[in-house]
Amino acid sequence: MQVLYGRHHVRVFRFGLRLVRSEQVAEDLISEVFLDVWRQAGKFEGRSAVSTWLLAITRFKALSALRRRKDAELDDEAANAIEDTSDDPEVAVQKKDTSDALRKCLTALTAEHREIVDLVYYHEKSVEEVAGIVGIPENTVKTRLFYARKKLAELLKAAGVERGWP
Amino acid sequence: MMATSKQILEQEPSEIELLLPWHAAGTLNARDARRVDEALARDPELARQYAVIREEYAETIDLNESLGAPSARAMHKLFAAIDAEPERKPHASLNVAARLTGFFARLSPRTLAWSASLGGLALLVQAGVIGAVLMNERPAAFQTASLSSNESVTRDLGAAALPRALVRFAPDARVADITALLDKYQASIIDGGKGGMFRLQFANRAMTRDEFNGVLSRLQNEKIVSLAVATP
Repeated sequence: MQVLYGRHHVRVFRFGLRLVRSEQVAEDLISEVFLDVWRQAGKFEGRSAVSTWLLAITRFKALSALRRRKDAELDDEAANAIEDTSDDPEVAVQKKDTSDALRKCLTALTAEHREIVDLVYYHEKSVEEVAGIVGIPENTVKTRLFYARKKLAELLKAAGVERGWP
Repeated sequence: MMATSKQILEQEPSEIELLLPWHAAGTLNARDARRVDEALARDPELARQYAVIREEYAETIDLNESLGAPSARAMHKLFAAIDAEPERKPHASLNVAARLTGFFARLSPRTLAWSASLGGLALLVQAGVIGAVLMNERPAAFQTASLSSNESVTRDLGAAALPRALVRFAPDARVADITALLDKYQASIIDGGKGGMFRLQFANRAMTRDEFNGVLSRLQNEKIVSLAVATP
């Protein structure tokens, strides 16, 4: 378990943190995820990579954690997040820092879009693996990422950053 | 050939266009990667979009890497929870080895010590019986072996010791792959986890140096093995 934890806990933490946006909750998440792994090790069938299995459990736990929060709390946080990120890209553009603006806009995406961007770009998961983790058809995985990228382009455009696509 | 990227404007992405992010991340299969490469070479607008994707890809990695790592609190909480877990019953589908391991794990140290002592005694009795049978079957005339004074009485443990290797598995190695590899080489993990290196013991017999070098060489060529070196 120590080897497994040592190898995967940072990526599990980062994936969870991007979904729940709270370090405290993300740390609680990784304990829950690896405890589940400890309990369910016999159910792992080896058909997918261990990291894919871990990310699927993390996603499930993160969504459950989000559901546990009160609606009002969630709305406040969502509003704050939108407010923060809509301001920040403007500041970044003033500084002519496209890279910083891009990062802020990546953070401003919806949870649904954030997770698919992270799974493909950062966690380097294939179409099939993302479909398994998120629980949607492979074609939906492809189109969802396309529209996440379109949304990202719109956010950047609103902040004054033109990248030539779409 | 602008057909592919023209569809961007119509908001109907082409199949190739949808695959671009996976191409940037290097997770497409060889066939799709080739298709995308060919399309990129033909279509400058698609290539421009790909450049944008590469930028997004790099920034997403930077963003995630900037998130840091969890504190030790998470690990302490996990291992405290594991320690507090009730003893688990073995799963019905576990293999024989796992059942045996589980059986011995459940025995108390005292029971285990007595079992080991009885096992040792049984072996001694068995050896005695075999020895007696052999003695009786031998012809009446025989010579006892004599020990020359210049011969060493110690065994060459190095030659008889079972071959071992330190192995590091590829980060994406699956548990099932590692298990299959252990079966294939008749190897078992006798120590591991330190710095990601595992100590493997091979077969249940000694090997010549050439035999073992051959095994190491084959092991090095395994897809899920990134390093394999001999170890005492």
